Amino acid sequence: MGLLSWFRPAAPRHGIHADDHKADTCGLAIRRLPFAPRLIVPLAQHVGAPSRPIVRIGQEVLRGECIAEAGGHVSVAQHAPASGTVEAIELRQMARGDVGQAIVIRVNQADSQQAIGLPQDLAGLSREELLALIQQSGMVGLGGAAFPTHVKLDIKPETPIDTLLVNGCECEPYLTCDHRVMLEYSEHLLQGIDLALRITGAGKAIIGIEDNKPDAIAKLQGLIPAASPIQVRAVPSFYPQGAEKVLLRTLLGREVPSGGLMSQVGATMQNVGTLAAIGRLLPRGESLIERVVTVAGPGVERPGNYIIPIGTPVGFVLEQVGFHGKTTELVLGGPMMGQSLANLEAPIGKGSSGLLVMDEAAIQQEQRKSYPCIKCGECVRACPLHLNPKELGLLAAKREYALMAERFHLNDCFECGCCTLVCPSAIPLVQHFRIAKAVNRERAA
Amino acid sequence: MSQSHKKPLIELRSSPHLRPQLRQTPSVDSIMRNVVLALLPICAFAVYRFGISALALILTVLAACLLTEALFNKLGKRPGSLNDYSAVITALLLALTLPPGFPLWMGAVAGFIAIALGKAMFGGLGYNLFNPALVGRAFAQAAFPGAITSWTPAGVEGRFVEFIPSTLTLPFTKPPEVADWVNQVAVDGFSGATPLALQKFAGEMTAAGELFTGMVAGSLGETSALLILLCGLYLIARRMMDWRIPVGILGSAALVGGLFYLIDPTQYPDPIFILFSGGLMLGAMFMASDMVASPVTPLGVWVYAILIGVLTVMIRLFAGLPEGVMYAILLGNAAAPLIEQLTQPRAYGHKRSKQRKEQA
Repeated sequence: MGLLSWFRPAAPRHGIHADDHKADTCGLAIRRLPFAPRLIVPLAQHVGAPSRPIVRIGQEVLRGECIAEAGGHVSVAQHAPASGTVEAIELRQMARGDVGQAIVIRVNQADSQQAIGLPQDLAGLSREELLALIQQSGMVGLGGAAFPTHVKLDIKPETPIDTLLVNGCECEPYLTCDHRVMLEYSEHLLQGIDLALRITGAGKAIIGIEDNKPDAIAKLQGLIPAASPIQVRAVPSFYPQGAEKVLLRTLLGREVPSGGLMSQVGATMQNVGTLAAIGRLLPRGESLIERVVTVAGPGVERPGNYIIPIGTPVGFVLEQVGFHGKTTELVLGGPMMGQSLANLEAPIGKGSSGLLVMDEAAIQQEQRKSYPCIKCGECVRACPLHLNPKELGLLAAKREYALMAERFHLNDCFECGCCTLVCPSAIPLVQHFRIAKAVNRERAA
Repeated sequence: MSQSHKKPLIELRSSPHLRPQLRQTPSVDSIMRNVVLALLPICAFAVYRFGISALALILTVLAACLLTEALFNKLGKRPGSLNDYSAVITALLLALTLPPGFPLWMGAVAGFIAIALGKAMFGGLGYNLFNPALVGRAFAQAAFPGAITSWTPAGVEGRFVEFIPSTLTLPFTKPPEVADWVNQVAVDGFSGATPLALQKFAGEMTAAGELFTGMVAGSLGETSALLILLCGLYLIARRMMDWRIPVGILGSAALVGGLFYLIDPTQYPDPIFILFSGGLMLGAMFMASDMVASPVTPLGVWVYAILIGVLTVMIRLFAGLPEGVMYAILLGNAAAPLIEQLTQPRAYGHKRSKQRKEQA
């Protein structure tokens, strides 16, 4: 490189500044939604093997009682989100329109709905015992990935890590649940970080928070004592700053090797919501039976952050918050990477960070005319991983899917969608990439 | 579950679910529309300088380009692409590279070639390897060497009522010599040469002020450097043009030109003259920056721009031609895919050397 690299423009931002739409909800305290008449607890709401039911139809269950055990190492237990009767264990429609086994609980509205759990002293527990507790509590990544937390925290002594990264970026537009959790569950979050430090053996923890949340940064900084191994770092706000690979680069200047794991470069990352849940639930001996969900979007009458029991049907949530619009797109998760909901019976799962109701105007706007690629390079400048979406898109149009993976790192793409959003020709780039990956997977199988 | 609301019609689509950020990234047709908008003042100024001959030439080329585009849409059974303005841009750029008295029928042929060979043959918008306007211009240079070097002075009296004699030449006939007409109408001392030709072949320099305001002989678009600069800045300000391309071209041209000027000021023109004479400003701002035919990688854009700037100066100073912008840009276009290949940014999580090997 030498001389030529001198001409490279100042490090491009690589990402986008989307309208964040967070103002509607970020100032509102977390509220609690009532219990729906029926809760649908999917057995596969995490990455890995589905849980195995340990209740029978007709059985009475108490809120917080274990109703399914982990189906393997990469799997977690499930607990009753409310007291009531097991009405069915059957196939139910899930968020994507697919079907999956679920335990249906008819909620006993007369019950006190006190969550069961025995407070426990965690001080004397070993690393393995803590990990087992976390698996038993049903804990998964609450940022959206729903990867079993005990697997991710299980750092092998052969490959030690130096830093635990805590992801408080919440870069997806509309979503503010992590923001509110950082403000309202700050102590629990710090307790969770302490536990995670103990388990992983990392020497220090860095909480990365986008600089558009100064109140959360100040609050946490105020709570952390001077000698603490935990530090808060404000990071620039852009999408997708909160993507694992991107935040790792921002905070530590390291990169996850292609196809590898973050632990290979001495770090691991947890979402603030997950660690706050661990810090809150583990000492009380409780389990993950509810989560904070941002319900927002132009079609929602009372947007906000709500504590919603796992298994609450989406339709019930919408009924509670009020929504309008004839043609509506419902999104589970953030607007950039979340999924369109196929039906209103689908349950809120452990990985559902947001429920968004987009309105007609937004949808009409999206239906733009598509032009051929004019090679403007906007996507190349927007790709956070410095891939070449332009080249990938041209190859996708020719269905050269294998070539996309071999030469242009298709499999590194984590589908953030920046390329699609900035394309002046309105080419559905990331959508093409998903198809290409699926075809490649199928061919390999 | 009780449903108190009427069931909404649910739309399904794969993410992202946000509407496009039109503020951040305009659509293709709005980019093209704005390029046309930015070219209009330059065209208007050309008409002001050269009168109805210039106007007729612009309109003829425009008609030829649009008809050709429509024809190939029909032949290729492609959806109509006239409303994306890309053919209009090609037409205006091509017209701006032609001399004011260029016979209209030749302009029409050049317009046809620009769209047919420069664009449609490659598959239409987005697939051309070269800037279509320059393909048309290169063809005209080869096919009509006489007509394309017949210059007339700017600001001739009566230019708004009378055509330059060569303009209305019948197809496939030789245009009349404009020298006599020029002698009649021109102010004293007009030799029928552009500032570049004067400099190269006669060693005469044109004042920078004249170049800047554009009241000199030359093709329609070899006009006021100031006006072109302003129009280009408009596009840059709206983020519809990559600023690195004009900056790279003009910067490298000034640098290389300045180097030679320092070596021998009597033989070589000064860098100010290099920047503001001929088609360099128009080429750097509006032709080399054609997104389709330029590289997309950040480093590649600089390499491409510098290549064009250096080539332009080299052709002007050392080749037999007074002007080199057209060939420099066409060569730059030709090199663009290779430049892009060699300047792929290092992808996240990959080592550069290994990536090179994979892509080789």
